Amino acid sequence: MPDPAFLLAVVMVLALTAYALLGGADYGGGVWDLLATGRSAPEQRATISRAIAPVWEANHVWLILVVTILFTAFPRAFGWLSVHLHIPLMLTLLGIVLRGSAFVFRAYGPGDERFSGRWGLVFAGASTITPVLLGIIVGAITEGRFDPEASSFRSMYLAPWLTPFAISVGFFALVLFAYLAAVYLTLEATRDISDLFRARALTAGALAGVMALIVFLLAGEAPHVRASLTRSAWAVPLHVATGAAAFATAMMLWMRRFRAARVAAAAQVALIVWGWALAQYPYLIWGHVTIQSSSAPRQVLVLLLQVVAIGAVILLPALSYLFSLFGPRHVHTGTNHK
Amino acid sequence: MDSLLAARWQMGVSLAFHIIFAVIGMAMPVMMVVAEALWLRTGNATYIDLTRRWAKGTAIFFAVGAVSGTVLSFELGLLWPRFMEYAGPIIGMPFSLEGFAFFLEAIFLGIYLYGWDRVGGRVHLSAGILVAASGAFSGVFVVTANAWMNTPAGFRTVDGQVVDVNPVAAMLNPAAGAQVLHMLMAAYMAVGLAVAGIHARLLLIGREQALHRSALTVALWIGLIPALLQPVSGDFAGRVVARTQPAKLAAMEGQFETRARAPLRLGGVPDVDTRRTPYAIEIPGGLSMLAHGDADRTVTGLNDVPRENWPPVVFVHLAFQLMAAIGVFLAAVAVWGAWLAWRHRVFNSRPFLGILVLSTPLGFVAIEAGWMVTELGRQPWIVQGVMRTSEAVTPMPGLVVSLVAVTTVYVALAVIVAALIRRQVIEIHP
Ligand code: HDD
Ligand code: HEM
Ligand code: HEM
Repeated sequence: MPDPAFLLAVVMVLALTAYALLGGADYGGGVWDLLATGRSAPEQRATISRAIAPVWEANHVWLILVVTILFTAFPRAFGWLSVHLHIPLMLTLLGIVLRGSAFVFRAYGPGDERFSGRWGLVFAGASTITPVLLGIIVGAITEGRFDPEASSFRSMYLAPWLTPFAISVGFFALVLFAYLAAVYLTLEATRDISDLFRARALTAGALAGVMALIVFLLAGEAPHVRASLTRSAWAVPLHVATGAAAFATAMMLWMRRFRAARVAAAAQVALIVWGWALAQYPYLIWGHVTIQSSSAPRQVLVLLLQVVAIGAVILLPALSYLFSLFGPRHVHTGTNHK
Repeated sequence: MDSLLAARWQMGVSLAFHIIFAVIGMAMPVMMVVAEALWLRTGNATYIDLTRRWAKGTAIFFAVGAVSGTVLSFELGLLWPRFMEYAGPIIGMPFSLEGFAFFLEAIFLGIYLYGWDRVGGRVHLSAGILVAASGAFSGVFVVTANAWMNTPAGFRTVDGQVVDVNPVAAMLNPAAGAQVLHMLMAAYMAVGLAVAGIHARLLLIGREQALHRSALTVALWIGLIPALLQPVSGDFAGRVVARTQPAKLAAMEGQFETRARAPLRLGGVPDVDTRRTPYAIEIPGGLSMLAHGDADRTVTGLNDVPRENWPPVVFVHLAFQLMAAIGVFLAAVAVWGAWLAWRHRVFNSRPFLGILVLSTPLGFVAIEAGWMVTELGRQPWIVQGVMRTSEAVTPMPGLVVSLVAVTTVYVALAVIVAALIRRQVIEIHP
């Protein structure tokens, strides 16, 4: 059997991918709620809300799964993150709390404009800020600017994440999530709204390309990142595949093949997550904590793997049932088929 | 305020907030499902009306429960990183199992709330049953993790290194059974009785009799059966504490002196300076009897526990008295209710409905008090006898800031949830 610690790291990457593709798009929905303009703004918001409502809580659990696996299997990594990234993690939590609560308050509130408007704004604002913070955390782990000898507050608790690179990853995450949401939403809406999201998806896709470039340029400050992103044997095929997926998404959007666009965009984001994970290997926290150096005793890992396997057998059919019930084909507007 | 104190407060505030939503998330689905099953069986429209109302309330509570639970999963590390590095491998498994339970709960709740016209009646009901079952499982798993902190098991320490970790043995630690049983019953009784109290009030002021009678009937079944049995499971929990955590038991009872025929105290305020507990009604030998099943057995008092290992005695004692008093009172209410039900007079007895109204918050008060007993009674240990809370806390300074932020947000959320439930669920007239 391959190393159980490695397998659990793979499971975590898969769960993170699911969180990015599903939970990420829910955040992105909030971003488009914030940016909803024009006469159809209420309808745009209603479309977003209808798409998110039945699934966002399930999508959110991927994050919890990642955290519980992290502290069970890699306790030292969890301890490290919790100490040095305390501030962005705490802010992320506030964002998660505000977003989730505001969403149900709006959905179940009295429905008058003042009430919905206010909570809608909280929902949309928190949905926009939280992905930036999540991205910053990922950026900080990637850059690995932790100084074990540090003693000042700044160097211990601020320096690791307040870097141009980490912040650029934050905005990259935001743009990617908004992009995913826009692509997905083309399938959930009436013709007019769908066209609107098509245009937005194309813009966000272009912006994501720009952000990717900025991240790459700023990675100059973290030479290992750029090195692993360019030099290793898998780098070129992976970049080619990601680029191809991005291009395919744009083509499919252009041709109004929204179902195919959805698949391509998801593939693109998944490839980005996997590229990051490969660049990061074997580190969990670059330069400081590896899969091996932080893993729990072997018998714990094996047991956890078994739990994950059994859990997946129950979970995946249930999830696919959920999505089949609330998938796009149940939007009875019938306009995106010509 | 130093870091340790701020961290303890923040953990306490976060948990005290979450537990309210957690128990609602465990018990409301059971009530929804019962009402829906009654509708499917009888075709009586009152039941479907009731089901939909309860479902709406559940949706609001569930979302806030989910986000506040997420906060907790991170706070375990943000506030107690050394604890999690130590305990993660040992008790991480119940948390991971809990994660899968959450998944099922969230998935089937989505289907339940939004699938009314997309799935058939039976499938819909089954989704509700799965929500209720996974809610109960989440409670079970997380409480075994807490029980491990009280009675750590499933590992050995050799030269400061943790070896021979056995997560299954850790889950099945000595306190797990008693705590899980007591907590599950607490959840159903607190929520059942709170809902009963609300509908009793609406009956008393003359609102839609049919609806509120049906609601009251379902809620009383869910609430009163565990209420009747809760003192028994509490007694069981107490025996486990006596066997495994003598300092906690001594603090609960305000017992300073180690002695045979230790008395059971009702009330009283422990005085840690004079080491006595005045103003209590004492039942001779009662504590020895309850704790060890024999009035002549010896009960360890706090005098035999080093002073630095004392939990906050006054608070733990009073919280325990409060929980037990409520437990006995609600068991009496349950007996009365059973008698009235037997004579088919529940709805006609205004005094009984009045008592139910007064009891609305009591189950929740007992839950909070019970957790204060468990958690504060374990101090100064985060893992009983193994790791001190002060060793576990994060080095991060300035925790007061996040404490204030978390508290402010939670107080605001509590106010809004209360207002929403009132306006959108309770006071709607269909
Ligand atoms: C509806 C709520 C409720 C009611 C009426 C009671 N309890 Fe309780 N009690 C809880 C809700 C609760 C709780 C909040 O659920 C706790 C906290 C931790 C736990 O597992 O259960 C708890 C803990 C707890 C503990 C500590 C367990 C430990 O630290 O390991 C003891 C000894 C008792 N209870 C005993 C009693 C007795 C003797 C009661 C009645 C006569 C009683 N409880 C009524
Ligand atoms: C939901 C019901 C619970 C409530 C109301 C509650 C309450 C509290 C309170 C008041 C404290 C602060 C105690 C102090 O430091 O003086 C605390 C601490 C703590 N609790 Fe709980 N608790 C609950 C359940 C749990 C569970 C299920 C766990 C699972 C592992 C847990 C883990 C902790 C930890 C790690 C601490 C910090 C260390 C300590 O103070 O011992 N709690 N809790
Ligand atoms: C340290 C202690 C705890 C942690 C870390 C924790 C963690 C969580 C998390 C992450 C969720 C969100 C799941 C979702 O997204 O659906 C949640 C919800 C829930 N928790 Fe907790 N929890 C703790 C204590 C408790 C306790 C003591 C109970 C009950 C006895 C409990 C029962 C539940 C239930 C039933 C839910 C489902 C959501 C709801 O109905 O509100 N939890 N918890």
